[in-house]
Amino acid sequence: MSSQAWINLAYLTASMLFIVAFKLMSGPRTAVRGNYLGAAGMAIAILAACFEQPVAASVAKNGIWPLVLLAVFAAAGGGIGATMARRWPMTGMPQMVALLNGFGGAASMLVAAAELTSTHTVARFGEGAAQAAAQTSLGSWTQFAIAIGLACLIGSLTLTGSLVAFAKLQELPRFKKPWDDPNRQWFNLGLGIAAVFLLWGMFSNPQLLTFLLLVLVAAGLGATLTLPIGGADMPVVICLLNSYSGLAAAAAGFVIDNSVLVIAGSLVGASGLILTAIMCKAMNRSLVGVLFGGLGTTVSVDADEVYAGKIKAAETEELAMVLEQADRVVIVPGYGLAVAQAQHAVRELADVLEARGTTVEYAIHPVAGRMPGHMNVLLAEADIEYEKLREMDDINPTFPETDVAIVIGANDVVNPAARTDPNSPIAGMPILDVDKAQTVIVVKRSLSPGFAGIPNPLFAADNTLMYFADGKKALIDLTAAIARD
Amino acid sequence: MNHPVLLDPAALLATTPAGEDPASTFIRLLTVFLLAMWVGFEVITKVPQRLHTPLTSGSNAISGVTVVGALVVAGGLTSGFGSLFGLLAVFLAMINVAGGFVVTHRMLEMFNPKKK
Repeated sequence: MSSQAWINLAYLTASMLFIVAFKLMSGPRTAVRGNYLGAAGMAIAILAACFEQPVAASVAKNGIWPLVLLAVFAAAGGGIGATMARRWPMTGMPQMVALLNGFGGAASMLVAAAELTSTHTVARFGEGAAQAAAQTSLGSWTQFAIAIGLACLIGSLTLTGSLVAFAKLQELPRFKKPWDDPNRQWFNLGLGIAAVFLLWGMFSNPQLLTFLLLVLVAAGLGATLTLPIGGADMPVVICLLNSYSGLAAAAAGFVIDNSVLVIAGSLVGASGLILTAIMCKAMNRSLVGVLFGGLGTTVSVDADEVYAGKIKAAETEELAMVLEQADRVVIVPGYGLAVAQAQHAVRELADVLEARGTTVEYAIHPVAGRMPGHMNVLLAEADIEYEKLREMDDINPTFPETDVAIVIGANDVVNPAARTDPNSPIAGMPILDVDKAQTVIVVKRSLSPGFAGIPNPLFAADNTLMYFADGKKALIDLTAAIARD
Repeated sequence: MNHPVLLDPAALLATTPAGEDPASTFIRLLTVFLLAMWVGFEVITKVPQRLHTPLTSGSNAISGVTVVGALVVAGGLTSGFGSLFGLLAVFLAMINVAGGFVVTHRMLEMFNPKKK
């Protein structure tokens, strides 16, 4: 077998390992092994890349130092990545994933840039005029150029989109408010048209200048598309950017004719697209609506009308008594739980309840939090058993038999208006039916609306007790009150 | 069902055979792309909602595979902007790869607390 055949065999092995890694993600125990296999696949692919013909030729000509240089840059990146991953707080996972997505996208764009400049160099100074002519003739360039153009467009867009998403999730002051300039769609349209023209320019005659302009326009577009998107829509953005980073890698694979890049890239692309679809479905919104619409909050429901005289605020002792009498308690966490960093406090409350023989389970809405599965990770960090975290469709039928539902930091995902009011902006969105529980305790600082900007009739319901307090403090006080009795 | 064998996997994975015209290369890669997308859809729809965060970060790590491309491009060049771009790509992609796998592992460990 030729050495290229061995390299391709290594790439094939890596690709298979990636597929198995995704396959093993179907359960929490097998997923650990899956992650190892994915990393092994990556190691094999990286090693194989070091034997590729261009690298080998360079080593033959210049000795070992090209490899040393590669190793230094790879080790620096790997070291930074691993350290970051070990130190990053679990509550900040969405930010970290956004950041890593951005780096991946940027890397794919740079691969395309490097390939483009190197081909130019060959064409200009290269091995004979005939080859140079062959390199630049339109026919042989087109497919290559399409791939370079796409890798550049998607990669740059992913970079800036991810950086903006990171800034929003990190709640940097300048990014707190979504960009709501009424002319922003025209802005996007202009950049979109410019991107299409530049792509077309790249397809017909790939030039470095066109490439650089495309980088700028795509980068601008990534920012202007992400800036208007509000916090609660972030899960969709994260999934979409994840998908893009995969597609950018696949496009880079087309550029350098490398199958492992194409396979791994498209696997990730598919994964991101599926998650995007799931998130949109869980919000009952279209992808176009999330990306361009904002929430059509023209329907204004008067909060005073909904709440007037119907809110029952309760004190710690009263709530502790309600909980002590419950046989079955369901805890419904939302983004507020992450903000208050109250995951361990939840666990402690559950512990005292369980010690009294109460069944405690957790109801997780698919879009609770800022990324898919966000709440599961937080609760898992507090050592809450995986089996107790129940998905929406699974737990909804059990609410009528639930004595107490405790809502912590969630709002729109438990708003019964989604079920009852066809004019509500969230009408038709699947929600957790907590209102069907015997008693609902809502832990909240105030009656301020959630992301959808609408009042929540749940707060005014007969079976609801409001507990106005900071999430973490509220839980600690409750736990102490129950433990005292 | 009697499907003819349309695709020879070895041919699919071979790096540009001598004399392959660019259009064929493109179509060969497109074939790989679409088949892998399909596999991705089939496999990932089976991942439960509870594991969506590790799935996101794990697939994130795998999208860092672009490091392979970066190594090939950067390793083959010895000077100029091209190699600078390539080395920067190696650096960024490796942050993505290492960060993604390590953070996924950390999360999955939490889902499987050690029995004491």
